[in-house]
Amino acid sequence: MTRTVGAVVDVGAVLAALGTVRDPELDEPVTTLGFVSSCTVSPDGVAQVRLRLPTYFCAPNFAFLMVADAYDAVAAVEGVRGADVVLEDHFASDAINAGVAARAGFVASFDGLAAAELDELRADFVRKAVMAGSDRVCRPLLAAGRTPDELAGMTLGDVPASADRERLRARLAELGLPAGLGDPLLVDPRTGEAVGVEALPLHLRRARLTRVGAEANSSMCRGMLRERYPTRGHGQTEEHP
Amino acid sequence: MYEKNGEKYFIVDSHMHFWDASPANWVAGHENYAKGWIECFHAYQGLGPPETHWSIEHFQKYSEQDLMKDVFEDGYVDIAIFQPTYLTEWYSEGFNTTERNGALAEKHPGKFIVNTRFDPRDGDAGLKELEDNVARWGSRGVKLYTAEWKDGSRGWTLKDPEAYRYLARAQELGIKNVHVHKGPTIWPLDKDAFDVADVDHAATDFPDLNFIVEHVGLPRIEDFCFMATQEPNVYAGLSVVIGGLMHARPKFFAKVMGELLFWVGEDKMTFGSDYGIWEPKWQIEGFVDWDYPNDEFSDYPRVTTATKKKILGLNAAKLYDIEVPEELRLPAEAGTPGAGDDAQLVDDGARV
Repeated sequence: MTRTVGAVVDVGAVLAALGTVRDPELDEPVTTLGFVSSCTVSPDGVAQVRLRLPTYFCAPNFAFLMVADAYDAVAAVEGVRGADVVLEDHFASDAINAGVAARAGFVASFDGLAAAELDELRADFVRKAVMAGSDRVCRPLLAAGRTPDELAGMTLGDVPASADRERLRARLAELGLPAGLGDPLLVDPRTGEAVGVEALPLHLRRARLTRVGAEANSSMCRGMLRERYPTRGHGQTEEHP
Repeated sequence: MYEKNGEKYFIVDSHMHFWDASPANWVAGHENYAKGWIECFHAYQGLGPPETHWSIEHFQKYSEQDLMKDVFEDGYVDIAIFQPTYLTEWYSEGFNTTERNGALAEKHPGKFIVNTRFDPRDGDAGLKELEDNVARWGSRGVKLYTAEWKDGSRGWTLKDPEAYRYLARAQELGIKNVHVHKGPTIWPLDKDAFDVADVDHAATDFPDLNFIVEHVGLPRIEDFCFMATQEPNVYAGLSVVIGGLMHARPKFFAKVMGELLFWVGEDKMTFGSDYGIWEPKWQIEGFVDWDYPNDEFSDYPRVTTATKKKILGLNAAKLYDIEVPEELRLPAEAGTPGAGDDAQLVDDGARV
């Protein structure tokens, strides 16, 4: 099939695709974090994306995941014939950009410096996202007078529908854990087992701690990004209140 | 010493530097790394109050006079603890070596404690250097930066057998305090470089060493806090927490402090300005004035004047056997600064 040259791909569709790419460490979209410095589509359908990070030395493994995920997301947009995704101003830019463009994987991109691909690292941080998400969903319930004992018996469907609940369900599903409305609200993200009444107070404290940690990191990264770049990224938002 | 509202605070700045990151010190061929490193630090300074920001030129290399004025004259610090970071792959004479710090300390007796460092990849020669540094500078502490690059290597962990050999030797030499600083790279790169599980192992196997995790394990505060509840000899170094969050991110500063006070406890938290990233003056003034902003934080342990005295100086004084003037000590009922025997949730009564 031949495509008409020009006006084939809406840049908004590419940006929407980038909005599905998360910083695995911060569990937020690269767009809202301000990491997309430019996004264009050439007349012949090549999407060109420039990514930026809060510091020159941001961890290379997470950086690689973001660039690779961005490449996959952009390449899958209908009408896009090629993806040119480049991480700028980073100590490992060359290795990451070349590796992602060649679809080479992390180990091959960092010859001799890495022992495995990044699936386990990613899963570790999805588990943290489940813990943080548990706090987001449960804190309003506790504030409304629910007891930890009650929470232990609740399902995901017992919680009022909200963006936070859906985010939690999505992370559970990513880990291959039960995420249906009839499934337990609070689970150990490592085993998928429901958290019992006895373990619940400590579980909730850890959930809060994990959320504070992630949100403090995110807040600091946003601050560092602003120090580094005066311009706003595509889709960049202010911090959550 | 800092005085406010009739209360006197003994100040130990337990994490500060005297670096040279000027272009003349950049290793040929590695200029990008040397430049990237110091620009990254400089951006952190941007998280402090605007009136405390420096030009990049001043930030790359500040003078002895600058340091003495910022830290002691204006900054209220009684004793400052130098924490070296070598980075000799990027900086010809090192970024901030034991020698550079030690030379300054010798000119100003009674002001500084000179910590040294080691890198387990340096083999037997590194052990000898450690011995020499301890003998030359009287070091009682080491700063370990596990993300340091060396030849093709991108870092190391405290679990490495070679690291254990160094820790054992350091202990024999009289080293008491191990300041651990995580950075963005280790080997292998597919692991989380900021993971503090290696500190957990080392703290268990070296119960007579104190492990002060700098910047409280940020960005892994959750892992750090949980580990600290299980290891009596693990401490929270507040460098970056006060400097990076208190002014720029007050809401998160309150939450992070609340979590630290809950999980780690006020006897095991130590102030460090991270000078020259941030000057100590505004950090100390702001922290003494600080409290939780509103009722949203009522679940966290309370912050008292005694809490602040411990964090700003008394805890570190205990770790380093620094003599604190009588009138700056706390009464006995205020608890034991630097106590290492309370490895448990510090406030079991706190609600979730």
